[in-house]
Amino acid sequence: MAMVQKLQHNVTIKGTKDGLVLLLDDKCSFDLLVEELNDKLTAGSSQMLNGPVISVKVKAGNRYLTAEQEEKLLEVLKQKENLFLDHIESEVITKAEAEEMRKDAQVVTVSKVVRSGQVLDIQGDLLLIGDVNPGATVMATGNIYILGSLKGIAHCGTKGNEEAIIAASVMKPSQLRIAHHINRAPDSYPELGNEMEFAYISNEEKQIRIDRISAVHRLRPKLNSLL
Amino acid sequence: MGEAIVITSGKGGVGKTTTSANLGTALALSGKKVCLVDTDIGLRNLDVLMGLENRIIYDLVDVAEERCKLKQALIKDKRFECLYLLPAAQTKDKSSITPEQVKKIVQELKQDYDYVIIDCPAGIEQGFKNAIAGADKSIVVTNPETASMRDADRIIGLLEQEDMEPPKLIVNRLRNHLAKNGDMLDVDEIVSVLSIELLGVVIDDENVIKAANKGEPVALQPDSKASIAYRNIARRILGESVPLLSLEEDKGFFGKIKTLLGMK
Repeated sequence: MAMVQKLQHNVTIKGTKDGLVLLLDDKCSFDLLVEELNDKLTAGSSQMLNGPVISVKVKAGNRYLTAEQEEKLLEVLKQKENLFLDHIESEVITKAEAEEMRKDAQVVTVSKVVRSGQVLDIQGDLLLIGDVNPGATVMATGNIYILGSLKGIAHCGTKGNEEAIIAASVMKPSQLRIAHHINRAPDSYPELGNEMEFAYISNEEKQIRIDRISAVHRLRPKLNSLL
Repeated sequence: MGEAIVITSGKGGVGKTTTSANLGTALALSGKKVCLVDTDIGLRNLDVLMGLENRIIYDLVDVAEERCKLKQALIKDKRFECLYLLPAAQTKDKSSITPEQVKKIVQELKQDYDYVIIDCPAGIEQGFKNAIAGADKSIVVTNPETASMRDADRIIGLLEQEDMEPPKLIVNRLRNHLAKNGDMLDVDEIVSVLSIELLGVVIDDENVIKAANKGEPVALQPDSKASIAYRNIARRILGESVPLLSLEEDKGFFGKIKTLLGMK
């Protein structure tokens, strides 16, 4: 029986120029996988697996791995000190994860004046039709678009997306935050024309910068969903 | 069945109590039955502005705790048959009464009066919650300055969450020459930020202070600028459409003041 399983190769180790790829069969039981992986890492081919640090990608196919199972795989891999787990990828996700992804991708339209002391926290992109008054905060995991004047605090990419932008018809914020970057407003705003602007993190300086809205397609081409 | 209007501002000292006293007086002048309710427990002032301080026997807390009947606590105004005051307690604090109790009292008052004007304490805590509990409508008072406007904005946000009509705005203590020079926020700017309906603008008028110290609301004076403003606001509350006093007129008014000062 054991002979047959070995022949089936539930765990296939492939070498690429970026490191190792572990292809896990998605039909057999998880325990079998762990056992076989353990065997392969410790047994005959161990010579090949000793040496400089190698990054490992795990491809689980159509198998859903729970957090516990991922932990277990990591434990097995840790036996080899030169192996470094890059990531585990699976073709399947749970409904909850799918729902999260959908929420992160959606544009939430809100029409109201966000007033002092109020916090509007959105999952996904925020399209606000109205003003953000001084003392108010708007937050979104994605981008923030404000059709109105931004005088309070806007925080986009709250889950760490540095590519997120904040656009506002009238850009006079008291503070701008993108991911973990924070920028305070100048102490006074010059009386310029009301041109629509947007804030982003510049690649060169890793700092929040503001530019005219017409530059957005150049700086954030991925925003464009019309190809 | 009348309606209950709460006068609030968030920030202290912008003129909530003055506004309450004068709107109550101006509505009574138009022949409406009005009851003023002071919910600023522990720091009551409305009775002083109305000149009714020494007539207080029972107060809001006594009514809430059923130590007396509602009618026993109401004080009739010196000047008007149709104007009454329900004073706040001075020896207690805001937590000695609950929003439910206030709501019940206001409901009862609405049966007998056309307008119940509720004077709200400063702040957004218990006192504020008590004051807005029974109200159908709200008026937010602000001064043309940033701090007061910020607080007004906060209060409007809180009022919008309540089950009542959108609040309306009174800009109090406007000094037109400062606004014109750009040293003070002008009315348009305030309205554009707060984005609620403007009910009226009251000029900063020394007659208000003089009248308050005498215990006579300024709205009783026939011709002072503030008194006209308050009476106009009262007419707008009654549903008339009264145009705002124009800037030109105000200029004339300040011209007068200047000449008056010059004469002195």
